[in-house]
Amino acid sequence: MEVPILKQGHYLIASIQSALSDADLSQLREALIARVGKFRARGVIVDVTALDVMDSFAVRTLRDIAHMARLRGAETVIVGIQPEVAFAMVQLGLTLKGIATALDLEEGLAFLDRQGQGRIENRPRHGRIDRA
Amino acid sequence: MVKKDVPQPQPDPQASTESTQALLRELVAHLRQNRTQLREEWARRITRAQLLTAMTEEEIFAEATSVYDNYVEALETGTFEALQAYARNLSERIIPRGVETHEVVGIVLLLRDVLARSLFAKYHEDFNKLNRILDAYEPAANRIANTVAVGFVQERERIIRQQQEAIRELSTPVLQVRERLLILPIIGVIDPQRNRQLTEQLLRAIRTNRAKVVVIDITGVAAMDSNVANQLVQTVEASRLLGATVIVTGLSPEIAQTLVTIGVDLSEMATVGDLQGGIEEAERLLGYKVIPYAEATQQA
Repeated sequence: MEVPILKQGHYLIASIQSALSDADLSQLREALIARVGKFRARGVIVDVTALDVMDSFAVRTLRDIAHMARLRGAETVIVGIQPEVAFAMVQLGLTLKGIATALDLEEGLAFLDRQGQGRIENRPRHGRIDRA
Repeated sequence: MVKKDVPQPQPDPQASTESTQALLRELVAHLRQNRTQLREEWARRITRAQLLTAMTEEEIFAEATSVYDNYVEALETGTFEALQAYARNLSERIIPRGVETHEVVGIVLLLRDVLARSLFAKYHEDFNKLNRILDAYEPAANRIANTVAVGFVQERERIIRQQQEAIRELSTPVLQVRERLLILPIIGVIDPQRNRQLTEQLLRAIRTNRAKVVVIDITGVAAMDSNVANQLVQTVEASRLLGATVIVTGLSPEIAQTLVTIGVDLSEMATVGDLQGGIEEAERLLGYKVIPYAEATQQA
């Protein structure tokens, strides 16, 4: 099942709707990384609210997405991890170290907005062209 | 040759099935008749053996009377439901007073002893009859002792389970102190089971309160080993997966020394000295600033 990827402003939102096979996960990773460049996205949000289980492959893919997106200039946030899933993950030692997490989509967007503030000053993206 | 005449104290199955009922009736009649005297003897023996020290002599006598009556009734009817209910009821009353298991078993065995002795005294001339009476009496008496002791222990275990449950529920409150700020004070011992329950409760609270920062205060945790420390790290990481930052406060000097000595890596964990500092740090993270009212009005 293909995961829909939505573009919202400068962010890409991938909202996982049902349990995914390994192939689906790889496909999601490729699609996301391709679109980060295409849309010049500054942030990626992966919503995993619908997932009741996260195995090591899923966690590794999420980590890969975050690292690859960072190399292409976008910050990644994983949102909506269920309490039971979180508990199972730490028991298995799958902790997504160094990758941002947030409670839900709203929090994820707020996080990316805060992250972005510093960068806008350094490197204006929506070019305000001085016509002096 | 004298030996031959002495009846061997062995139960005779045929005789016992025939006349057990009749013998028990006789026995019960005897116990009813000597109720006052036997009861007093029993209460005296209890006091002398220094059992039930938590109770006054009047109380002992009152309980002894009702135990005695229930005992005789169980012997008479051969049913133990009433005695079981009574034993439970009695246990419920005396457990809070600090009566121990050995005391309860002790008094029931004493009663068995007192009654057996009165039977010896009554039938010592007719050895055969005494034997048959004892054959009828002893299984019933053993069963009564068993019923009372088991009732007591079961009641005790039920109370212990109930209290454990209560302690477990009481000991892990997750409190919201500000919008999006939770406090989890941990008191007592952290074992794997409690850690699991505590973590699940915290994660659920993070979700329902949409918490961004959690302060875990472990001032009340007396000792910590690498297991407990790792469990705490797991709780912190699980909370982070839900997007909440965890600050751990109140590590005692002893715990700090142990953790460093045994080499537990807590570098992933944000720690602050005391609960106040933890809350201040959390407020900073959330963008709050607490200022005295007077100052605030001056500024405005």
